Amino acid sequence: MIERRTDALLAVVGLVLFAIIYGLIEADVIGPFWKLNIIIICINVIMSVSLNLINGYTGQFSLGHAGFMAVGAYVSVVLTAKLHLPFAVAILVAAVAAGFVGFLIGIPTLRLNGDYLAIATLGLCEIIRIVIMNINYVGGAAGFTGIPHHTTFTWAFLVMLATLFFVKNFVNSAHGRACIAIRENEIAAEAMGVKIVNYKVLAFTLGAAFAGVAGALFAHSFYILMPGTFSFLQSFNYLIMVVLGGLGSITGSIAGAFVVTGISAALAGVPEFRMIIYSIILILLMFYRPQGLFGYVEITNLPIFRYLKNMSPEAKRAMGIDGEDKGKGGEA
Amino acid sequence: MDFFNVFVQQIINGVSLGSIYALIALGYTMVYGIIKLINFAHGDIYMVGAYVSFFAVTMANMSIVPALLISMVVTALLGMLVERLAYAPLRHAPRISVLITAIGMSFLLEYGSMYFVSPTPRTFPEVMGNLAYNIGGFVINGQQLLIFAITIILMVVLTYVVQKTKVGQAMRAVSFDTETAQLMGINANRIINFTFGIGSALAAAGGVLVGVYYNSIDPLMGIMPGLKAFVAAVFGGIGSIPGAMAGGIMLGVIEALVSGFISSTFRDAAAFAILILVLLFRPSGIFGKAVREKV
Amino acid sequence: MAESILKCSNVSIVFGGLTAVDDFNMYINDGELIGLIGPNGAGKTTAFNLLTGVYAPTSGKIEFCGENVTGMKPSEITARGMARTFQNIRLFSELSVLDNVKIAFHKHIRYNLLEAALRIGRYMEDEIRTDIEAHKLLKIFGLDELANETAKNLPYGAQRRLEIARALATGPKLLLLDEPAAGMNPQETQDLMNLIAWLRKEFKITILLIEHDMSLVMGICERIYVLEYGKTIAMGGPAEIQRNPHVIRAYLGGDD
Repeated sequence: MIERRTDALLAVVGLVLFAIIYGLIEADVIGPFWKLNIIIICINVIMSVSLNLINGYTGQFSLGHAGFMAVGAYVSVVLTAKLHLPFAVAILVAAVAAGFVGFLIGIPTLRLNGDYLAIATLGLCEIIRIVIMNINYVGGAAGFTGIPHHTTFTWAFLVMLATLFFVKNFVNSAHGRACIAIRENEIAAEAMGVKIVNYKVLAFTLGAAFAGVAGALFAHSFYILMPGTFSFLQSFNYLIMVVLGGLGSITGSIAGAFVVTGISAALAGVPEFRMIIYSIILILLMFYRPQGLFGYVEITNLPIFRYLKNMSPEAKRAMGIDGEDKGKGGEA
Repeated sequence: MDFFNVFVQQIINGVSLGSIYALIALGYTMVYGIIKLINFAHGDIYMVGAYVSFFAVTMANMSIVPALLISMVVTALLGMLVERLAYAPLRHAPRISVLITAIGMSFLLEYGSMYFVSPTPRTFPEVMGNLAYNIGGFVINGQQLLIFAITIILMVVLTYVVQKTKVGQAMRAVSFDTETAQLMGINANRIINFTFGIGSALAAAGGVLVGVYYNSIDPLMGIMPGLKAFVAAVFGGIGSIPGAMAGGIMLGVIEALVSGFISSTFRDAAAFAILILVLLFRPSGIFGKAVREKV
Repeated sequence: MAESILKCSNVSIVFGGLTAVDDFNMYINDGELIGLIGPNGAGKTTAFNLLTGVYAPTSGKIEFCGENVTGMKPSEITARGMARTFQNIRLFSELSVLDNVKIAFHKHIRYNLLEAALRIGRYMEDEIRTDIEAHKLLKIFGLDELANETAKNLPYGAQRRLEIARALATGPKLLLLDEPAAGMNPQETQDLMNLIAWLRKEFKITILLIEHDMSLVMGICERIYVLEYGKTIAMGGPAEIQRNPHVIRAYLGGDD
């Protein structure tokens, strides 16, 4: 099948990349500083692609993504550090917990849209952080210490890869198309039989669940977890990744996470200029390329992928058409 | 009696804090009313206002009132400059682009200031001495009196400008319908720019008063009050000038009561909880339709 | 009397102080092609919005296929077999023509989230079926070569046809067309009317059509309802309507 071919190709690309970086880390070509940054990039990719699901694909405006990440982070460290459960279990439970919070937040806030939704989600994110700060069991404002260092490059990369596949398949399915339809025109989407409320809540829940996964990976990358990490400024950071990469593009989210994390790491040597340069880049980007690096365009639209798609005679026969357009809109 | 004492004292504290929120909220509400932008950089303009007066008082040995006026003028110009450079070119861009630009501008002001004035907090000089009045067992200090006086004066002036002057009329017209206002011969760009100027000047006044009140200023001081002031603007009914005044003061009072009776750690949570409740149950704000006048 | 597919009884809606649709009664029998006409602002589109669930009526009852659908959400009504187009075209403008139609197949999709995420189970089968059906529909409307074009880049007439194709993709029993010929030239309009008549036979659907221009409806509609100021002022066959003195006064006399 066409789509299976693309999938297989993407999986191969992903695994080859994994093998190369893994080899470089093992061979000490990549030192601890960049190794940590690579892990952070993987986590940020999960964050930005999941936020893209809400903001880019479903057209809602969430500014509280760090709050969901905080839920995942804290739930997972309680499971590993206090209850001594395996990391995989902690990641799964973190996803469920954050997804549940996303679901709870999604229901009432759906009555809002645009700026109001943005500011409400921002507020909720802050409430989550303040509540965590006031729970002594998880260390309160001083932070949670004694976290096992479970997040390796392998974990981060493979979980990221799984997330990317999930999101890619989701947005290219009828369910994802329903979300995109809501973004494009809510009234028309509803008239086409899309249950608006269900899909908005679904997008929030899924986005939050993956943020929870990212939170679990993040928490186990360090020995201490501070609630202050998950302030709304952190949410801004993820929003910037998504917008910089391009709303509604998975490739864009990857690129956004890469560029933002990369800039931060590269400017680490000049801390007094880091945020100044960063903010100027941001403003210039909005002036000259407001759709981001990859607005609505995917890497799978590049000629190499088109060529492979067109080669599949089986699919041609099944559909009586040439090279199928992969669900994702507007890139033709 | 003890409860009553704490209650009244917290109301006094809350109104002082709330007046500052109100001054910042006015800028938010006017800008939102006119171009539908949550100007995240507004809180940082307030910070710049505090620093300008700090330098005016410490280096030029000015007294507080001229320092306040100077800082209002400087920040008004800064606000107008920010609008011209960062927002005006994006007038027809998607809203999210403008919002991200505002976030970028906010970072730029924060970290730009940090570069110039160093990240360490500065102690704002005592300008009111140890003035304190004891009225029936309740203490009102000099700083609080200054806050009340300046807030009232500025609000009267603002109301006059918006209601009685030609430029105020133009502001209301542009806020109501930019295109029609332009057809009536109003230069909308100039009015929007002017609105940023007024809003920034008011925020600067808020910044100066915070410096006077808390005696400490730092380059990131604008983040939380900026956000709270936006909450206040939504609380009062975004776009409404009386709403922003009332919303600011009410938010200040609620925060003071929460820190007085529950715990100061939940103070910020209270503000956001109010925001969410208001948005869910009365998105048009407490003043809602009653004060439907938009600016 | 044949079975009514749609029945509105005493439907009214009030916005503030304005009664936009007042005591609207309508029945449509299976297979009919009905026109709903009236001057600008008569409440035709509001009546459509009531039927399709965009607005809930202030009072009255709407029955579709014998079921009370009053106050249901648009998606629920669509699921029961009513589809519509919009007067002010509402395409998914950033998406491809093909995706516009694919989205409308939503209710025929059987696979769940997990099947979608892992591309297992019914996913492939459903996606291929959707693709084939979507292309089939696009061919009917002469849009197949434009399948990968972004919807907003289509010429105006093609956008209107895409809206109809998209509405048909939901598999309706009753199709509501809101001024499908608006902005088209006489030749395009004539082609469209022929297409509508053909669709009705081919898909065995019932059609309710809003038109601003009365002469246009006369050719193809069996019965016509005339609205003025939210009230139904006449109902009957084309010839009857043309002779109706109320219609002549309100409509022909008032407009143009």
